[in-house]
Amino acid sequence: MSALASTIDPNSVSVQRRLTRPPARVTQSRIFRSEWTKLHSLRSTRWALLATAVMTIGFGLLASAVTVSRWSTMSAIDKATFEPLNTSLLGVRFGVLALGVLGVLLMTGEYTTGMIRSTMTAVPKRVPVLMAKAGVYALVALAISIPAAFIAFFAGQAILSGQHIQIAFSHAGVPGAVLGAAGYLTLVGLFAMGLGALLRNTAGGIATFAGIMFVVPPLISILPSSVANSIDPYLPSSAGAAMMQIGNHANTLSPGAGLAVLAAYVAVVIAAAAVALRRRDV
Amino acid sequence: MIDATNLTKRYGDKTAVDGLTFSVKPGIITGFLGPNGSGKSTTMRLILGLDAPDAGSVTVDGKSYRDFPAPLQEVGVLLEARSVHTGRSAYHHLLAMAQTHGIGRSRVQELISLVGLDEVAHKRAGQFSLGMGQRLGIAAALLGDPEVVILDEPINGLDPEGIRWIRDLLKSLAAEGRTVFLSSHLMSEMALTADHLIIIGRGRLIRDVGLSEFVNEWSRNVVRVRSPQATQLREVILGPDIRVSSEEPSVLEVDGLTAEQIGRVAASNGFELHELTPEKTSLEEAFMELTREETEYRASTPATEDLAAAQQQERIAA
Repeated sequence: MSALASTIDPNSVSVQRRLTRPPARVTQSRIFRSEWTKLHSLRSTRWALLATAVMTIGFGLLASAVTVSRWSTMSAIDKATFEPLNTSLLGVRFGVLALGVLGVLLMTGEYTTGMIRSTMTAVPKRVPVLMAKAGVYALVALAISIPAAFIAFFAGQAILSGQHIQIAFSHAGVPGAVLGAAGYLTLVGLFAMGLGALLRNTAGGIATFAGIMFVVPPLISILPSSVANSIDPYLPSSAGAAMMQIGNHANTLSPGAGLAVLAAYVAVVIAAAAVALRRRDV
Repeated sequence: MIDATNLTKRYGDKTAVDGLTFSVKPGIITGFLGPNGSGKSTTMRLILGLDAPDAGSVTVDGKSYRDFPAPLQEVGVLLEARSVHTGRSAYHHLLAMAQTHGIGRSRVQELISLVGLDEVAHKRAGQFSLGMGQRLGIAAALLGDPEVVILDEPINGLDPEGIRWIRDLLKSLAAEGRTVFLSSHLMSEMALTADHLIIIGRGRLIRDVGLSEFVNEWSRNVVRVRSPQATQLREVILGPDIRVSSEEPSVLEVDGLTAEQIGRVAASNGFELHELTPEKTSLEEAFMELTREETEYRASTPATEDLAAAQQQERIAA
């Protein structure tokens, strides 16, 4: 082998090969395609997306059906405060959990399996991977949550119409609220993905996500109401819920403000994840 | 061509790589040799930019790994730690890597066949044996037809046929003028594969030497002699530059005389000989001796070493 090596000039062979090899280059759109392949080739993705749709639609249908069956025995106050839109979209609050877990897993799965080393060897600049993952995930989350929100709304209203307590899609603010539900699901998923990228650990990521979404809100409500009322609307869960409401509610942001607050959370977490990704060792 | 200059990496208060300077040349196979935990894998992660050095630098063909527009075409790598999502098939793993560079499906298929994974290409990688995992890793390394190939303990988990296959593959890659950099903790494997050796211990460079030079340097001619009159024979043959050691009363290990010379002396003195065997110091022994200092140090401070190893493991797992 030494004899063989000395008979050729490695540099000239290498130059020759570089000239004849098909040119390749890492681009953002190629990383995007790669992340799409990664996403759809995992079984856990399909399960999480299915769970998101089932929970979003299923719990809305359940809530609507329960309301219809209890309507005749409900108190006047309960009837007065009943909101058909909220009832049909109740499942979104559960769908958020499934989509959030998927978001965390998309990042932490790379770390727990070691895949991240392959990923960052192929794309050593690192941050484009995070952007591509977020982009692919946002599209997939929208593709699932928009139909799920619409099905939940229309099926829920169809059930509620049994007692003539439904709301029409043409009612002011309703189309925006249904789309807002899909937006809430998607943004929270991205928020969870950012947490996963920051924490790099599945258990820690899911616990942190669930804590922020489901544990912090009841804790805040323990505080004196003057304090709680000024904090609660700005929690991710409350800001997201505001996106799928109509009418004015006390201590609740408008849908647009809710969108802005939740989007800001996502931007901050993803930006922090990008900085950490650049700085830390893989 | 890989050039490391004063490369240093610390994890906490453990220095994993300590001022390493070396270069790996194209057209030959360079073996990267050191006991477990000596910093080989860390050095490889530094080359790939997965970890950032605390001091010094390393370049591939004059550039930082991070600056390559198509890194998979420059450097192909197989890391010792698993680097594949266990839930994804071999095919989709390779496809996802190829897609980042715009490398086509036909190339993915070609590599699956090259490494002999056709039948299991659509099985989840988590179900792969160690050997199949290594083959998948090698396919990923060769995806971009790279100029530099870096393999961390590639023969781990391979059967003898697989080992021979990879040895031939590496030799053909080097013969094509590529840079082949291969780590191992087994000297015997390196002796069969490598043309040049870079030996490290505790993160420091111990030797940077051609294989044949290393072999000449370390192959001392020791002759094993078994005789009932070993004690008398020893008296007769002892002289300047001749060392005789004895582990059993009737056995001598003679360094500095040939078997012929010893046989002649024995015959002229009328000594009975039951064995007269020329022995070469094995390269494995040479390697052990070279890195003994590190091993001794390690054995005397098990606690800190274990801690460092545990931290390293943790890092790999995380």
